[in-house]
Amino acid sequence: METVPKAPVVIAEKALHTLVCELQSAGYRVIGPTLRDQAIIYDEIDSVADLPQGWTDEQQPGSYRVAKRPDMALFGYTVGPHSWKKFLHPPRLRLWQASRTGNEVSFSHDETPSQKYAFLGVRSCELHAIAIQDQVFLQAGHEDVGYRQRRDDSFIIALNCSEAGGTCFCASMKTGPQATNSFDLALTELLSEDRHEFLVEIGSQAGADLMHGIASREASAGDLETAEKLLAQTAANMGRHLDTQGLKERLQENPEHRRWDEVAARCLSCSNCTLVCPTCFCTSVEDTADLAGDTAERWRRWDSCFNGEFSYIHGGSVRSSTKSRYRQWLTHKLAHWVDQFGSSGCVGCGRCISWCPTGIDITEEAAAIGSAASPPEDAS
Amino acid sequence: MATHSKRPKLAVWKFASCDGCQLSLLDCEDELLAVSEAVEIAYFAEASRAMQKGPYDISLVEGSITTPHDAERIHQIRRSSRVLITIGACATAGGIQALRNFKNVKEFTRTVYAHPEYIDTLKTSTPISHHVKVDFELRGCPINKAQLLEVIEALLHGRKPNTPAHSVCMECKLAGTVCVMVAHGTPCLGPVTHAGCDALCPRYNRGCFGCYGPKESPNTHALAAEWQRLGAQLRTIRHAFRNFNAWAEEFRKESEKHEP
Repeated sequence: METVPKAPVVIAEKALHTLVCELQSAGYRVIGPTLRDQAIIYDEIDSVADLPQGWTDEQQPGSYRVAKRPDMALFGYTVGPHSWKKFLHPPRLRLWQASRTGNEVSFSHDETPSQKYAFLGVRSCELHAIAIQDQVFLQAGHEDVGYRQRRDDSFIIALNCSEAGGTCFCASMKTGPQATNSFDLALTELLSEDRHEFLVEIGSQAGADLMHGIASREASAGDLETAEKLLAQTAANMGRHLDTQGLKERLQENPEHRRWDEVAARCLSCSNCTLVCPTCFCTSVEDTADLAGDTAERWRRWDSCFNGEFSYIHGGSVRSSTKSRYRQWLTHKLAHWVDQFGSSGCVGCGRCISWCPTGIDITEEAAAIGSAASPPEDAS
Repeated sequence: MATHSKRPKLAVWKFASCDGCQLSLLDCEDELLAVSEAVEIAYFAEASRAMQKGPYDISLVEGSITTPHDAERIHQIRRSSRVLITIGACATAGGIQALRNFKNVKEFTRTVYAHPEYIDTLKTSTPISHHVKVDFELRGCPINKAQLLEVIEALLHGRKPNTPAHSVCMECKLAGTVCVMVAHGTPCLGPVTHAGCDALCPRYNRGCFGCYGPKESPNTHALAAEWQRLGAQLRTIRHAFRNFNAWAEEFRKESEKHEP
């Protein structure tokens, strides 16, 4: 991590517009939250006017609704159905093409387009999710070249959450709400009746360079205190809680807990939880060709451990029951991930809870299965 | 590339159906020349009067079995086909006409026809697989023409077609479509429905109608409970499952749980 080269500054709401323009002039496609189909999603924005100003979201297990806010906050909501993996680890990606002329077969890799992304409004939980996917895709010796390029080319404007959602639990996972690492800039929205400003922390040289062109003033002790209070308030208002103490061991020790059957009765094995999860990285590979057999392509697409075909090996699916699929996902996310990558695979963003059509709550399930008080079905 | 003389012979057969699925083949306008280069279209009554005799390398079968005559005819087709592929909800699940299976078909013929004695029909509408061995089933009402091309191409090159049996939710999420059930409270069959349509209805803010039938291991019971929570009446739930794929086992059983 680079050392912070500059003290925090404060910019006016209008300066955020300049910041977006500066990024665009520097060749970045600016991606940020925007309102579409009654949800706040991530997509390319032309200007600050595309942000969902004055909107918020209300989230509960299996339910997400946008609503008007009483104020004109630009970032007065939490995370929606999309995550930044949509851009860094795209849902569909062509890996290579092959063509045949006579008896000659030639292969060509797609040139990774020099597409620079600037992500605006990356929450702390999401920074942690990106760091987790970095570990997956940038392992020495197994580096995903395209991911490396997309990652190196990205500019990250983090956002300190000024409120917590109904399914948020980053405080439990120690992944938020304060953005503490791996950003170029970090914003805190300072909004009251007589002010609409942003506290800007500078996390990299690129961030410092960008701020040269933006009108700002040095942050006062009062500004920092306001931001700190906001974060403390957010941390205190988490909609969900997960006790992680000894959780890995408790989950790994309870593969036959009766709760797995109970959750399987509600689980649709529809895969929504894994696809909205900002750390889930599984993919499948599909080959296609033209009818004449002269050209072929290999594509990679998101897949999910909730699909039967995902664990298909000769003779059938290894995980044929929904129970085994849910158990695989939950124990991988919260327990085996620690063995595999050295951290939990969950960042407490709550997406899997909100976007589960039947409202299965990972914090409830983990607590029920991982609670010392819950005996296994078969005590023998 | 296969020479013309060695092109596999393709036949298209119709049983009880609306013709929409075989029309998908004609609808492959841009690719139709490539199809006719890759296979010899030997029997396709909807497209051409030139009808060659069998045997055929590939038979695409549309429609369900609803008459004693058709119950015989499908056996002849099976005997003259090396590979038999059913296309669409009628051929793979009995179609919308399988609604008769829940009632007495004689009551229908008496009500609809002036001379019901002329009608020679079976009590049930059943999928092709209930009568003969089927090599591959392509889902949909109607089928997706891109998937039809994928199946033909995969067959010609000896690989498994990419027609995954996962949920429509996968297609919504791959496309970035906002979940209509979670974000709008719209009852949707997507979580229990086989993919293949690229989540057409949710992309237009509608719930999925289940045109592609049950996905692999569908939890229809849990979804029906969620529909009830969203305010759907038992009748609505029964009708949702009793649609183009009414006789698909998992949908049939779920609809029967919501009988009055």
